[in-house]
Amino acid sequence: MFWMQYAFASKFMPTAATDQASQVNNLYSFLLISSFIACVILIGGMIYFAYKYKRQSLTAKSAYITHNTFLEFLWSFIPLVIFLVVFGWGWHIYHQMRQFPKDALEVHVTGKQWAWEATYKSGVRTANLVKVPIDTDVKIILASNDVIHSFYVPSFRIKQDAVPGRYTAVWFNANKLGDFHIFCTEYCGTQHSGMIGKLQVVSREEYDKWLEEEAKFSTLPIAQKGEKLFQIKACSGCHSVADASVKVGPSLFKKFGAKEELTSGDSTGVDENYLRESILNPNAKIVKGFASGVMPSFQGQLSEDELSAIIEYIKSAK
Amino acid sequence: MSASTHTASHTSGEVNYINEFKGLKSWFTSLDHKRIGLLYMISVLFFFLVGGLFALLIRLELFKPGAQYLTPDQYNQVMTYHGAIMVFMVIVPGIPAILGNFFLPLQIGAKDVAFPRLNLTSWYVFMLGAIIAICTLFLGKIDTGWTFYTPYSIKTGTAATMMVVAAFVMGMSSILTGLNFIVTVHKLRAPGMTMFRIPLFIWAIYSTAVLQILATPVLGITLLLLAMERTFGVGIFDPNLGGDPVLFQHFFWFYSHPAVYIMILPAMGVVSELIAAFSRKTIFGYTAIAFSSIGIAAVSFFVWGHHMFVSGQSEVAGIVFSFLTMLVGVPTAIKMFNWLSTLYRGNISFESPMLFALGFLFLFAIGGVTGIMLATIATDVHFHDTYFVVAHFHYVMVGGTLMALMGGLYYWFPKMFGKMYNETLARLTFVLIFIGFNVTFFPQFILGAMGMPRRYFDYIPAYQSLNSISTIGSWLIGCGFLLSLYVIVTALRSGEKASDNPWGAKTLEWQTSSPPPHTNFHVEPVVTAGPYEYK
Ligand code: HEC
Ligand SMILES: [Cu+2]
Ligand SMILES: [Cu+2]
Repeated sequence: MFWMQYAFASKFMPTAATDQASQVNNLYSFLLISSFIACVILIGGMIYFAYKYKRQSLTAKSAYITHNTFLEFLWSFIPLVIFLVVFGWGWHIYHQMRQFPKDALEVHVTGKQWAWEATYKSGVRTANLVKVPIDTDVKIILASNDVIHSFYVPSFRIKQDAVPGRYTAVWFNANKLGDFHIFCTEYCGTQHSGMIGKLQVVSREEYDKWLEEEAKFSTLPIAQKGEKLFQIKACSGCHSVADASVKVGPSLFKKFGAKEELTSGDSTGVDENYLRESILNPNAKIVKGFASGVMPSFQGQLSEDELSAIIEYIKSAK
Repeated sequence: MSASTHTASHTSGEVNYINEFKGLKSWFTSLDHKRIGLLYMISVLFFFLVGGLFALLIRLELFKPGAQYLTPDQYNQVMTYHGAIMVFMVIVPGIPAILGNFFLPLQIGAKDVAFPRLNLTSWYVFMLGAIIAICTLFLGKIDTGWTFYTPYSIKTGTAATMMVVAAFVMGMSSILTGLNFIVTVHKLRAPGMTMFRIPLFIWAIYSTAVLQILATPVLGITLLLLAMERTFGVGIFDPNLGGDPVLFQHFFWFYSHPAVYIMILPAMGVVSELIAAFSRKTIFGYTAIAFSSIGIAAVSFFVWGHHMFVSGQSEVAGIVFSFLTMLVGVPTAIKMFNWLSTLYRGNISFESPMLFALGFLFLFAIGGVTGIMLATIATDVHFHDTYFVVAHFHYVMVGGTLMALMGGLYYWFPKMFGKMYNETLARLTFVLIFIGFNVTFFPQFILGAMGMPRRYFDYIPAYQSLNSISTIGSWLIGCGFLLSLYVIVTALRSGEKASDNPWGAKTLEWQTSSPPPHTNFHVEPVVTAGPYEYK
């Protein structure tokens, strides 16, 4: 169906990274082309008639035509046929979407205000990251902690609501490597538009390696986990922990339990809650000598577990 | 309509419904359907202004990614108020309550509606609901979106209960109006006015009224259950209490899909009138248009699930709803072709009402074909709850209903007030609104195809340029509506006197004086032919 590639449809759509997505693109291209023709007939006809039968004088006679059964039959029947074709075509693709392959790799994904948490069979847990191997059937089992969210990966053309109190599911088989957006498409409150996850498609080897490391990682003592996260989340680029040297941000060496001078002139004791606030909402209190707005907020990017691990790591630096 | 109505020459000193009684009290206690129509007009246009300001705020915030002027919570409130006001207080009551009230009795040759007191009551009930809704602005606000989806609407700390009560009360008003119109059409037609001689606007208002009284009670019950859920925790929708949050969606769309036709059928009626009048030609396929209205009304009760393809409903349900939705497409297509054929070999002029009618055809064609894309289940999975849907329903609701409302107001303005407006400026309002509309909403189709979800306070940088274009378009629309306000106000203050039938139209309302007397006709009309006999 080479002619479909010419339709501008797929140009505006995000890359189609599954076979199903390409099928949806084909159907969409067909819809676009037939819609375009319908609009040319309707709008073009309207403009043509408006121009051709423009009023010359008020008394000029207009034709007296009340109906035309044959024409009326045609313009009921032809749209009906087209509608039924796209209906059937849509059904065909949708049926595949709802037909879950056996032996798919299963990942539990839970929506909560306002993050996606993924849990793998091995117990590995991630926040706002779903990593999957290429060319593999993957089934995402969805649940919600609070209100309805909707798991949407534009590049896969799939979407499914995550409903509290029950499981729902989607599946896909990605055929392109890369990072794809996971959006939430069911309005869920304040940070609805910030509830963005990453769906990462990697090679089988990379996936296995990652899973193994993550599994090892999850058995580490909590402070060591924090140390790793400190690297992964790039905190280490701005903060030193092993000594008192100042990078972009203040050193966190011997920070816990100390007193911190703030630009506001106040001072505050450094405890767990202060650390938590400094990470999730860094501009709430600015350390004296540093500028506001330099440290990005990590709200929504760290799971509760990860946050505790980092805080334990900072506490251990004494 | 070749009726044996007498139209004597009228002098400017003549008594009409506006000058017969004086003083504010005479307006607020009037049982005259024309005055009640004007009460609705003033209130609905005011709410439209408010809802429009919220719309401009939304677009302003989305001009660039990141926070601009609002916090996320404020944005969610603004987005909710825009939707709730526009749906419950503008588009649903709009054409039936303003133009329907004013012209339904006139077009069928009646002195008034069947229950004038009930008619005034429905305005008061509507205003009560509207005032409660406005009060939420000062008593906690709401942030649920106009759809009130559970369990978010159960959990949110805002004034959702009050807003739900407001929507319930306004629904009551809608039911009362519908009831009144149905009885009026059946009982008060002038001698000779058979059901197949009533203008298509009446058929449209009639089908709408049927929908109003059958569907609105379901909304009422749903909202009441939601209010009970919030206040007493009865556990119908709350999963923590064993309820089902998706049940709410079924209930809600069981009303709200027919409501889509409550919003668009009257607009189709107006457009039929405008196209016949300005083509000076009998409408093509009168019966087809009339019956397709009824057909749409009937089938529209069985398609609600097309809003829920990804909600977790079963595959079979999804397919059945997709199929039935395709069927609603057919009568809609029939109407489009009928209007088009009415233009064929007509005697067409392009005064501002006709421009709005042609604009309607243009925008509704796009709204219609994109509707089919959404009814197709596989593509809907991608488009659902993205900006594609936002663009689609604005093409239908704004491009359809509001264009028709504007066209209808300009068309009947001389009859309502006995004055003419500045035609050049009126055409300019059309140009501004039409261009602004397309600049605002066409890019949103592309944004949706790209995957931008709706109700988004912030978005990824890839969506920026189209969002900026959309925002600029919204300013054009704003200017267009401001200009129409100016056109209407100056016409009211110093417009030239309008003749009784400035457009040479054939329906009954043009046979009486402009503005009509309190009892509508000087002599009871006797009808001898159909509504569009341009021979
Ligand atoms: C782009 C550089 C940058 C990155 C990346 C960054 N920070 Fe910061 N951080 C700063 C700056 C600058 C300050 C001081 C200003 C302030 O208080 O916000 C700061 C302050 C802090 C403080 C308060 C320190 C004190 O002395 O009271 C903590 C704790 C902290 N960051 C932790 C983290 C953690 C954990 C991460 C990684 C998850 C991180 N930061 C990533 C720049 C950064
Ligand atoms: Cu969300
Ligand atoms: Cu619907």
